Amino acid sequence: MDGIHDFGGKEGYGRVKPVGDEPPFDEAWEAKVYAMLGAARRAGALKNTDQFRHAIERIVPAAYLTHGYYGRWLGALETLLVEAGVLTTEEINRKVAEKSRASAAVLVAAQPRLDPELVPYDSAQAHSARSLDRAPRFRPGDRVRTLAHGVPGHTRLPQYARGKLGTIALYHEGWVYPDTNAHGKGEEPQALYTVSFDGRELWGPDAEPGLAVNIDLFEPYLRTA
Amino acid sequence: MSDESHQSIRTEAIESLLMERGLLKDGVVDSVIERFNERVGPMNGARVVARAWTDGEFKRALLNDGTAAIEPFKLEGGQVEKLVVVENTPAVHNVVVCTLCSCYPWALLGLPPKWYKSPEYRSRVVREPRKVLGDFGVTLDDDVTVKVWDSSAEIRYLVLPEQPAGSKGLDEEALAGLVTRDSMIGVARLT
Repeated sequence: MDGIHDFGGKEGYGRVKPVGDEPPFDEAWEAKVYAMLGAARRAGALKNTDQFRHAIERIVPAAYLTHGYYGRWLGALETLLVEAGVLTTEEINRKVAEKSRASAAVLVAAQPRLDPELVPYDSAQAHSARSLDRAPRFRPGDRVRTLAHGVPGHTRLPQYARGKLGTIALYHEGWVYPDTNAHGKGEEPQALYTVSFDGRELWGPDAEPGLAVNIDLFEPYLRTA
Repeated sequence: MSDESHQSIRTEAIESLLMERGLLKDGVVDSVIERFNERVGPMNGARVVARAWTDGEFKRALLNDGTAAIEPFKLEGGQVEKLVVVENTPAVHNVVVCTLCSCYPWALLGLPPKWYKSPEYRSRVVREPRKVLGDFGVTLDDDVTVKVWDSSAEIRYLVLPEQPAGSKGLDEEALAGLVTRDSMIGVARLT
């Protein structure tokens, strides 16, 4: 998905603002959102991590930029709970209205679909490594070119690395394939590689000196160069 | 109404509804906070780094197969199914990011800082790492190779920082006290 979440290489966001030590959660509600993921799993709304990541990618872009990290989780959580039919937007809004006097629909990040995909429940997916039923296509040292286009759904090929020439650096054997797993289309394990890209290949001749960017990419994203 | 208090109310609304349905129990929130305040944090990664500085065989094992090497530490906290440890040297500086979301080695470093999850960091460090490092107070010579690791899948990365020169001879516990979270992400140096 060509969503706002795909930040790599985008310009205009300004300088990083490092802060000293901070607590794991600023506010109690953030820890509650974290804790509610478990409830969403038990309710069958949150099926796997890839689905959850994609629900975050689908939230309203303005919310993505302004609601903060746990605000994004809150939006994704609500999206999945509503899509699974565990809760409705109306009853959430009613409960919000009970607890406050402001408009409930204001500043909502969730973007539930009216015809959500069916994603089979997988309670055991704490681990994503899987065996492969075929040999890997590439080995360290091979030159590869990444796909030049995006896909409509969840993927882990960042836009900044599309259509680029790289070198296989590491081979990590087989893993659940996020592009299918997020959408209930099966685990379809794929070979995973760390691919190394020269900075100039990604950013042009004015790239910073001595730069290499290493990205973990699934075999279907790669072609022999 | 501020974004924050609105989010707090919406969270509590969903929490109430989930509790009414029997899907959420009291006390779960406290145990989450306790886990990340008490047991899961950068002190875990610091112990691994300190061991690598004092034990050459462990360091070799750690760089060769990070997952196996940290198994005896029995770290909880999640996300680290496969660990790759990348070593900083005078010639190579490593830095880690997740441009697509916020993947981070929780079991070794706890929960990521806000800046790690921010658009500013995620957009810039793959494109201008030296500038970003400059904002963290780190300057590298032009002849140093900078390797940025974008954790786009389930591999998790930990930077093994260079050991500060004045620390030779300290025991592991003292060394672990020198290792900062930011040095294990790669935005700080200890030398």
